[in-house]
Amino acid sequence: MPPAIRLRALDKRYPAVHALRAVDLEVAQGDFFALLGPNGAGKTTLISLLAGLAKPTGGTAEVMGFDVVQHYREARSRLGVVPQELVYDAFFTVREMLRFQSGYFGLAHNDAWIDELLDNLSLADKANTYTRTLSGGMKRRLLVAQALVHKPPVIVLDEPTAGVDVGLRQSLWAFIRRLNGEGHTIMLTTHYLEEAEALCERVAMLKDGRVVALDRTANLLRTGAERRLELRLTPAVLPESLSGRFIERRGERFALALPDYTELENVLAELRRADIRIEEMELRQADLEDVFMKLTGQGT
Amino acid sequence: MSGMYGFRTLLYKEILRFWKVLLQTVMAPVLTALLYLLIFANVLGSHVQVYPGVSYTAFLMPGLVMMSILQNAFANGSSSLIQSKMNGNIVFVLLPPISNFEFFAAYLIASIVRGLVVGLGVLLVGLLFTELNLAHPLWVLAFGVLASAAFAAVGIVAGIWADKYDHLAGVQNFFIMPLTFLSGVFYSIHALPAFWQTVSHYNPVFFMIDGFRYGFHGVSDVDPWLSLAVVLPAALILSWIALQLIRSGYKLRS
Repeated sequence: MPPAIRLRALDKRYPAVHALRAVDLEVAQGDFFALLGPNGAGKTTLISLLAGLAKPTGGTAEVMGFDVVQHYREARSRLGVVPQELVYDAFFTVREMLRFQSGYFGLAHNDAWIDELLDNLSLADKANTYTRTLSGGMKRRLLVAQALVHKPPVIVLDEPTAGVDVGLRQSLWAFIRRLNGEGHTIMLTTHYLEEAEALCERVAMLKDGRVVALDRTANLLRTGAERRLELRLTPAVLPESLSGRFIERRGERFALALPDYTELENVLAELRRADIRIEEMELRQADLEDVFMKLTGQGT
Repeated sequence: MSGMYGFRTLLYKEILRFWKVLLQTVMAPVLTALLYLLIFANVLGSHVQVYPGVSYTAFLMPGLVMMSILQNAFANGSSSLIQSKMNGNIVFVLLPPISNFEFFAAYLIASIVRGLVVGLGVLLVGLLFTELNLAHPLWVLAFGVLASAAFAAVGIVAGIWADKYDHLAGVQNFFIMPLTFLSGVFYSIHALPAFWQTVSHYNPVFFMIDGFRYGFHGVSDVDPWLSLAVVLPAALILSWIALQLIRSGYKLRS
């Protein structure tokens, strides 16, 4: 069984930038995979190369075992892409767009699936509406529907929830999770790291066109950053005995390393002995954002 | 899954695109041609006779029909492509497994259809004002389709090349308009001084109109076979250039 996506030394130079630097990446069939990185890291370039919207300057990319240049027809018919830009064709209605998109992929009678897509993406009542009158969130969901008309085994979503409100975001993810459950491979980029953390089994982080981390989400969370205890103290001093745990201080707030919960009692005992009162206490689990910040040196 | 179906869908979509805005894409150019006909025919009609037995209005008609075909065949592909590029919705036709040739053929044929639909519209409205012979229908058809294809191909090239509407307007005003106006739409080139006659013979549009006119009136400035020998290669070469441009991915697949 070939991997859903396989990149080998994939390289892309534009006249002004080296957007992607010899990226190797494999996504197994059935994976739910996140591609993360700051703006300009190369995420959209990677997706463009995979989709045939741009040509690689080196290396190869395959979708379900088909090279995207040599066997572009096979590769493209197995790939569904939700572009990041909120694009639409003002001449046509929602249903017309979905019928055209089906036709481009060789599907003549696709209305049953089109209706199912419209239902699942809460667009059923907009089927005969001209696309230009849709709200931003609706246009986004139409893009998702367009990418899915041919039931592609590999689905790539570039920022699928940007501009979609919270309630609809939940139903969109539920739908995509269902597709993943039915065997579709999902690759997504998102600015909402908590979404990637909640949904994706594996994560790749890109920075300056390179993969700087590639692992299971759980592993990344374990190794990427430690659990920390944050305290606001009066007086704002830390007993000598706790200095080994000290990470940083922000105003009256101290951040202490706490690899193990059982050590919490020690910390509290030390503070009591030094007669220091705890005004606030917070125990923070490392999240993907911490890992992301640590690896890329910046926020999203 | 059949590859042909993707092509057919794209062709249908491209035809539907201009059909949905018929007022702008068909009615307006028909009206423009009609205005030319009214003004030129009324002002010159009684004074000018180009070919014996052919009224000036009847002489003018094929030229106006051909001019409308050319301008609209050009406008269709070029405006469709630049709109899709500017809006970004060109990705909808770049992501599917449609081959370069199918892509080319769909845009070309849709533009030919637009050119011919407008040409037919001008012809039908024109018939309200003048009688017109149809001496050699096959020549009419051959020159109509080939000339339409040539300018459809130019439209595709221009639409891919242009980065903004301004670029297209430049091509339209500084290339298409002079070529069509200096080609014998309104006159026989025999009426021109020798120098301009020679210049006209380097304008392929002259042969498109002259051959087309021969199909209606059975008389022309040059032998229709000579016109065909210019127009057929022109259509093929321009189409080939458009196809190669699409194959190269120029400005479509960076």
